[in-house]
Amino acid sequence: MIPSTLEYTKARSIDEALAAVAAGARPLAGGMSLLPMMRLRLASPGAVVDLGGVPELVGVCEDGDELAVGAMTTHRAIANDPLIARHCHVVAQAAAGVGSMTIRNRGTIGGSLAHADPHGDLPAAILAAGGAVIVRGPGGERRVDVGDLITSYLTTTIADDELITQVRLPKDAAQSAYAKFHRRAIDWSIIGVGVSIGADGVRAAATGVGERPMRLTGFESVLDGGGSLEAAIARAAEGLSPTADLDGSTEYKQHLVGVLAARAYAEASSR
Amino acid sequence: MGQSITVTVNGTVHTAEVEPRTLLVHFLREQLNLTGTHIGCDTSTCGCCTVHLDGDTILACSTLAVQCDGSEVRTVEGLQADDGALHPIQQAFHENHGLQCGFCTPGMMMAALGVIEQQPDASDDEIREALEGNLCRCTGYQNIVASVRAAADQMARS
Repeated sequence: MIPSTLEYTKARSIDEALAAVAAGARPLAGGMSLLPMMRLRLASPGAVVDLGGVPELVGVCEDGDELAVGAMTTHRAIANDPLIARHCHVVAQAAAGVGSMTIRNRGTIGGSLAHADPHGDLPAAILAAGGAVIVRGPGGERRVDVGDLITSYLTTTIADDELITQVRLPKDAAQSAYAKFHRRAIDWSIIGVGVSIGADGVRAAATGVGERPMRLTGFESVLDGGGSLEAAIARAAEGLSPTADLDGSTEYKQHLVGVLAARAYAEASSR
Repeated sequence: MGQSITVTVNGTVHTAEVEPRTLLVHFLREQLNLTGTHIGCDTSTCGCCTVHLDGDTILACSTLAVQCDGSEVRTVEGLQADDGALHPIQQAFHENHGLQCGFCTPGMMMAALGVIEQQPDASDDEIREALEGNLCRCTGYQNIVASVRAAADQMARS
């Protein structure tokens, strides 16, 4: 289908973009989620503001003990970025596996977080890494941990007049990995698990397990307490009740959480 | 309602009025009459509409024409030389039986060319990875990968 009628503006700066969203425009990042939704008429924004012309939203640089990643940096750029590969492997690996090359060439890290698909790979990978976002609005900037960003299906704590401008990734997540299960290369993950082994212990997070990405607290606590990987796997899906659907039953998906957590942990440990 | 855009398509500069909701694929097919770029699905799944935007492969069905203002687009019509000679990727698909019905072929060739041009030494695995977003219901893919391999080797030699 053809999207419904809309007004289009292309922002040249963050301030221009903020003015447009404050006036009611929907931010258009890479468009890899929003445009298909508009084609299916699941979304019909009256106006969009294209963020594709704002250079300050693109790129990766070091900032103290974190990496500052522009919200409009594409999956492909993230997958190929040497800083992210070195300091936050789980995010590079998750980005490399998103959709197809055509989607990775357009889709962005900020768009993936703002869209908050319950099967998205980037939110779970960034949650496992312990990342955060910088959100800018009329009242200035605020920092939100990714664990506090997504509240439900396609729903975040970002207000309509705010934008994610930056993603902050910790530099101590080098020993990390992402493992996922899906049926065809371009499909959404049925389940995906990111694991990061840092100075403060193990962090693990899964996608596809409910309305938002979730930490695997049982898995983490067993490993942090010196328990075996087998014992950790047994508790990986503790507290999680993934929805049964055509991809599998709740029990099957709970099983996948354990299998993928073990795979990601093994790969992270070997790095 | 129209918005004026200037897009260079296969080397020719086009200035046109488009509705903001016009998808790039509709602009190419219906306003420029470049019907080689196909529409296969509504869900960014099939890859039939793959074109190059400023050198990178993208889905023309999930991109607004207005987003391409000031950019360069390359479609399957831009492959053949002015003297009628086939591009190496077209010749390789022809020689290696890389197509049957041909519906996916324009997108398949543009996706393949994306990887060959950006990674001339791409392995077969890397070629398969670059084509993962392009569906073909006829060939079973083996001959497509063989075609891309042959084109990559031919282009590396010339």
